[in-house]
Amino acid sequence: MSAAALVTVAPEHAQSRKAHWFRQPALMSGLAIIAIILFMVIAAPLLTSYNPNAQNLNATLQGPSAQHLLGTDQLGRDTWSRLLYGGRADLSIALIAVVFPFVLGTILGSLAGYFGGWADLTIMRLVDIVVAFPFYVLIIALVFVLGPGARSIYIAITVVGWVSYARIIRGEILIAKRQEYILAAQSGGLSNTRIMGRHLLPNVVTQAIIYAMSDIVLDILAIVTLSYLGLGIQPPTPDWGNMIANGQNFLTTHWELTTIPGLAVVITGLGLSLIGDGLADLLRPGQ
Amino acid sequence: MGRMSFVFRRLLLLVPVAVGVTIIVFFMVHLIPGDPARTILGIHATPHAIAILHREWGLNRPLLSQYWLFIDRLLHGDLGQSLIYGQSAAALILGRLPATLWLIIYSAVLAVIISVPLAMLAASRRNGIRDHAVRVVPLLGLGMPAFWVGLLLQLEFALTLHIFPVTGYGTGIGGHLRSMFLPSLTVAIALSPIVIRSLRASMLGVLGADYITTARSKGIPGRRLFVRHVLRNAVIPAVTVLGINIGFLIGGTLIVENVFAIPGIGDLMINSIFQRDFPVVQGVTLVFGVLVVLVNLLTDVAYAALDPRVRFDR
Repeated sequence: MSAAALVTVAPEHAQSRKAHWFRQPALMSGLAIIAIILFMVIAAPLLTSYNPNAQNLNATLQGPSAQHLLGTDQLGRDTWSRLLYGGRADLSIALIAVVFPFVLGTILGSLAGYFGGWADLTIMRLVDIVVAFPFYVLIIALVFVLGPGARSIYIAITVVGWVSYARIIRGEILIAKRQEYILAAQSGGLSNTRIMGRHLLPNVVTQAIIYAMSDIVLDILAIVTLSYLGLGIQPPTPDWGNMIANGQNFLTTHWELTTIPGLAVVITGLGLSLIGDGLADLLRPGQ
Repeated sequence: MGRMSFVFRRLLLLVPVAVGVTIIVFFMVHLIPGDPARTILGIHATPHAIAILHREWGLNRPLLSQYWLFIDRLLHGDLGQSLIYGQSAAALILGRLPATLWLIIYSAVLAVIISVPLAMLAASRRNGIRDHAVRVVPLLGLGMPAFWVGLLLQLEFALTLHIFPVTGYGTGIGGHLRSMFLPSLTVAIALSPIVIRSLRASMLGVLGADYITTARSKGIPGRRLFVRHVLRNAVIPAVTVLGINIGFLIGGTLIVENVFAIPGIGDLMINSIFQRDFPVVQGVTLVFGVLVVLVNLLTDVAYAALDPRVRFDR
């Protein structure tokens, strides 16, 4: 019945979204912050002429100057350059790390929500077990046993992170599967895979995408924390976490070595949170 | 369904989670690439030392029997022997537990002290300037690495202003309160954004309820209305939010203990990681898991005792 109605409703809906998305101050400022950071990180070679690992023992622990925008550390390495390349390491790992738990959690969450019964029971007990461990405890323990490096970080974040997506998607599917269009698809004899993939998932995945924004923030914090402890990105590759750990030794005399990389983390987190908040307002205007 | 049966069913649900927690901790050994004994003891380990570790963990037995051995020891309070300190991991952890519990409780109290006024400020005028200002705080707070906040607090209040000690646990209750203030504040700052957000939302929900309209129409002044009617009903959700985020709270202490050199189990875990003291890492992971499960249980039971509307229907 509603094929015609859908055709007329859909463009209107899309248009109203189009008309409003740039009026979301949170979303716009978040996008601007992240765009600038991504540009600086990607264009790092254009924005600095220093190799982030090049030592200059004649110019150690210097303040900001025309040669060194943000000064140098105890080995005479350029802080501005290390900040840019460090962001590269952290952000690229965080952006990849968010994908695996998203996919795994979405699949397991839809299985639990759609089929219920044993699938639901098993998957949700698994969720309970993972949630029983504090986030950082399990991540640090896993990276410890697997050995430091990006691969271990991906595995640890996936093992710990999928539960939030599974919970969100399961909850959404429990509501969505009672709705008429799904009942119609079921009585039309469509296969479960087709119903889940073509009809349910596109309608429930927005919540998971909104959550993914704050999840990237969590992942960045986890990576930076691991690197601060010496378990994450290994020196000499710069990263915001090992920069803070390095600056810690000069806290009283050169506090900027600790403060600057931390501020980079905070600003990146703020940008992503703003995008998440803006997306949430945009995609669920009713709430 | 009565409250007793709620508690009973909640306890039953604990069994699979507890078993799962032990399975994960047990399998940590098997995630180590290669021969775990050789990896842990390092390249200079003698075949004799490796053989001892193999025997201790029963690594040459079938998996199921290894797990059984692990559980059997666990039930006797045996978490294995520390490879570094030469004492049992259980004794080591038990000795470090008080400092961590102090930090957890102190942080929770500070988080409530920070969050409740800010959430009230935000909820009192929805979409006002104060509301927008308070709503930015969580956005900033969520992206701050806890160890970094700790370092900055250390720099400002300990190294520059000399108000608090830089590190340590202090002696006596007064000493603990003073020494643990900065670390607890660090954890509280990390936790507050989450609490402020949900508290603001639940206060706005309460403000929209019929009984508030009734109270307003009776002419109860704004301040009293807020404290007597709104706050009371909004605090229960805040406690629940703290309970749900207990994993976050407890996990936060891990790194903060390290920054402030507090002799708790978090500091023990990180030091043991660097010394590759596997039994201790394993033991601390297990204790952290048990702590979270217990606190979650307590939150649920307290909630059921406080709020007569709670029914078990999941």
